[in-house]
Amino acid sequence: MTFLTGWGRTAPTPAKLVPARTPEELAALVAKAPPRGLIARGLGRSYGDAAQNAGGMVVDVTAMRDRWSLDPATGVVTASAGMSLHDLMRALVPRGWFVPVTPGTRHITVGGAIAADVHGKNHHIDSSFGAHLRSLTLVTAGGNVHVLTPEDELFWATVGGMGLTGLIAEASFACVPIETSRMRVDVERTRDLDHTLEVMTATDDRYRYTVAWIDLLARGPRMGRSVLTRGDHARRDELPAGTDPLAFAPAARLAAPPWAPNGLLNRLSVRAFNEAWYAKSRERRVVQDLAPFFHPLDFVDGWNRVYGSRGFVQYQFVVPFGEEPALRRIVSRLSAEGVVSFLTVLKRFGPGTPGMLSFPLPGWTLALDIPSGQAGLAGLLREFDEWVAEAGGRVYLAKDSRMRAELLPAMYPRLAEWRKIRDSADPAGVFRSDLARRLSL
Amino acid sequence: MKNALGSVDSVLLLGGRSEIGLAIVERLVRDGARHIVLAARGGTTADAGDEPQVAGSARPAEAADGPQVAESAHAMDAAVVRLKKLGAEVFVIGFDATRPETHGQVIDSAVDLVGDLDVVIPAFGVLGDQATYDADPVSAAESITVNFGGHVSAGLFAARRLREQGHGTLVVLSSVAGVRVRRANFVYGAAKAGLDGFAQGLGDALHGSGVRVMVVRPGFVIGRMTKGMTPAPMSTTPAAVADAVVQGLRDGTETLWVPGKLRLLFTVMRALPRPLWRRLPR
Repeated sequence: MTFLTGWGRTAPTPAKLVPARTPEELAALVAKAPPRGLIARGLGRSYGDAAQNAGGMVVDVTAMRDRWSLDPATGVVTASAGMSLHDLMRALVPRGWFVPVTPGTRHITVGGAIAADVHGKNHHIDSSFGAHLRSLTLVTAGGNVHVLTPEDELFWATVGGMGLTGLIAEASFACVPIETSRMRVDVERTRDLDHTLEVMTATDDRYRYTVAWIDLLARGPRMGRSVLTRGDHARRDELPAGTDPLAFAPAARLAAPPWAPNGLLNRLSVRAFNEAWYAKSRERRVVQDLAPFFHPLDFVDGWNRVYGSRGFVQYQFVVPFGEEPALRRIVSRLSAEGVVSFLTVLKRFGPGTPGMLSFPLPGWTLALDIPSGQAGLAGLLREFDEWVAEAGGRVYLAKDSRMRAELLPAMYPRLAEWRKIRDSADPAGVFRSDLARRLSL
Repeated sequence: MKNALGSVDSVLLLGGRSEIGLAIVERLVRDGARHIVLAARGGTTADAGDEPQVAGSARPAEAADGPQVAESAHAMDAAVVRLKKLGAEVFVIGFDATRPETHGQVIDSAVDLVGDLDVVIPAFGVLGDQATYDADPVSAAESITVNFGGHVSAGLFAARRLREQGHGTLVVLSSVAGVRVRRANFVYGAAKAGLDGFAQGLGDALHGSGVRVMVVRPGFVIGRMTKGMTPAPMSTTPAAVADAVVQGLRDGTETLWVPGKLRLLFTVMRALPRPLWRRLPR
């Protein structure tokens, strides 16, 4: 038995961790699934308990990373589920291609990207990962192998389905052509929340990639002040002569210390960081590498340890356009309570995918990282859950580690439809996770 | 599943009328628990329904048990109503501490009703008084069957299930009376001493399985069980014990003293020489 947690390092549970290297091995494991079922696990970047299965089996697919191919005419990549976006970028960027969607880390697997239907800074233009998916190979209950396409309903139950429809073995998706491995980035500061929303609404569509970092500890007239980072892939003629346009060598990683005290990230230290960050982020245009633009935190290996042994909770929700008052209400409550969130990120979503449990919908999404020891946090987040659900929004399952089952049908109106398809694909409930048990999925 | 912030969803209370037990359950429900099984003598195996069950029909044993049991049955019915009002689904099933051969079945029934058990609280027990036990040794042995034997079988059956599911906490209600047994209530104290040792050993045996055993050592608890008795110094209440247990579940506490200062007091008490210890008034 191995104790596993998500990236937030909370609520560890033991499971039999079994590696799989080939689709045949996946099928064999499913065929003799233990009574407590099994779930796939990639690089463990889901924040909560999505890739844990107390008392059951967890299938480690990270060894399934040896097979990939690129069709240079169309940019369609076919890759094993255990390949990471990091692996893919190292292979693709020098060939002039970029993954269609990357979240804030490239250390996630292709399988995980599909199961969580991940989004990135280009959601307002390009939607989420599932929108670029051409086909996927799924090992379902009983060990049957299916090749699914967007015409299949099981395909859209799997995109965003948190691994509960089966084990993803392989997937094909369309990549994006790039001239260089650099980003042309505009940085701009905003005064307060209204100003942030206004600028993002007015100018988001001029950039393929946009995101706002919010200083949640700023109060009063400065509440919601932000640093906007917006960029596009740089063209070849924007680089100085003599540089290799497609070089991709992310800086060697620093390791976070193996141990940090609880409470290192407190109101004082986070406020100091926020002040400094806001102050240094004057309006400017820069050309920078892909890695620091998309994955600044990947530079520090194991940054999640900085939160101490108690770990942290990530809370990400979306509310539809027109429900800005709900967003404002939550931000002002967070600011008033002085909730310490080390990285608070605001993003405008575009259209979602047909994934039944897929998170994104057109609207505003806010993501918070909160040390889990903060007093009153459970009650506060429960209150937010209700506001979000009332506003027709939802909480992101790949980040969740603490929500209750009762609001889920309101947040995910297609839950019943998803359950029906899942139940017919997996009538005995072979695919189980702690998240599934906690949320009665 | 216990979530990232230490809240749980499902609770099995064995001894469904226990004042401390119900106080803990109510707090867990306020904190988000939604699936509750109360296992009590004379409970039926059905869902508690929309209305609390009427004492008498489902619990034929009550009349013979006297007024104290009737009072606690009433308290359970009231608790069922309160828990439902707070949003929980509540089931009442039968449980008899003196019949260990049925305890496995009780755990299975609870699992059938609510799935994984996040917290199991065996809260049944009888206090009795030493003079009665001296006069009627058979009743003393019977009290041991409830206070110790019943906890061993229920605890082991619960532990088996929790081990299978790979998570969960068994809350064992020990007592300072068992930390060092006093002449004033040594039959009760002996049972609690046995229970305390059992719970510690079980907790160690379960180490690494994902299952925890929390040993709770309250001082004198002012409540229904001790009605008419003069409270000892550093006494506590069911509400205070329940608050401490809920916080302890959140923190993953292994040994919980209520109030906390009893830990220090008993470090001294345990070291007192026998001649001094036996002269303690109570």
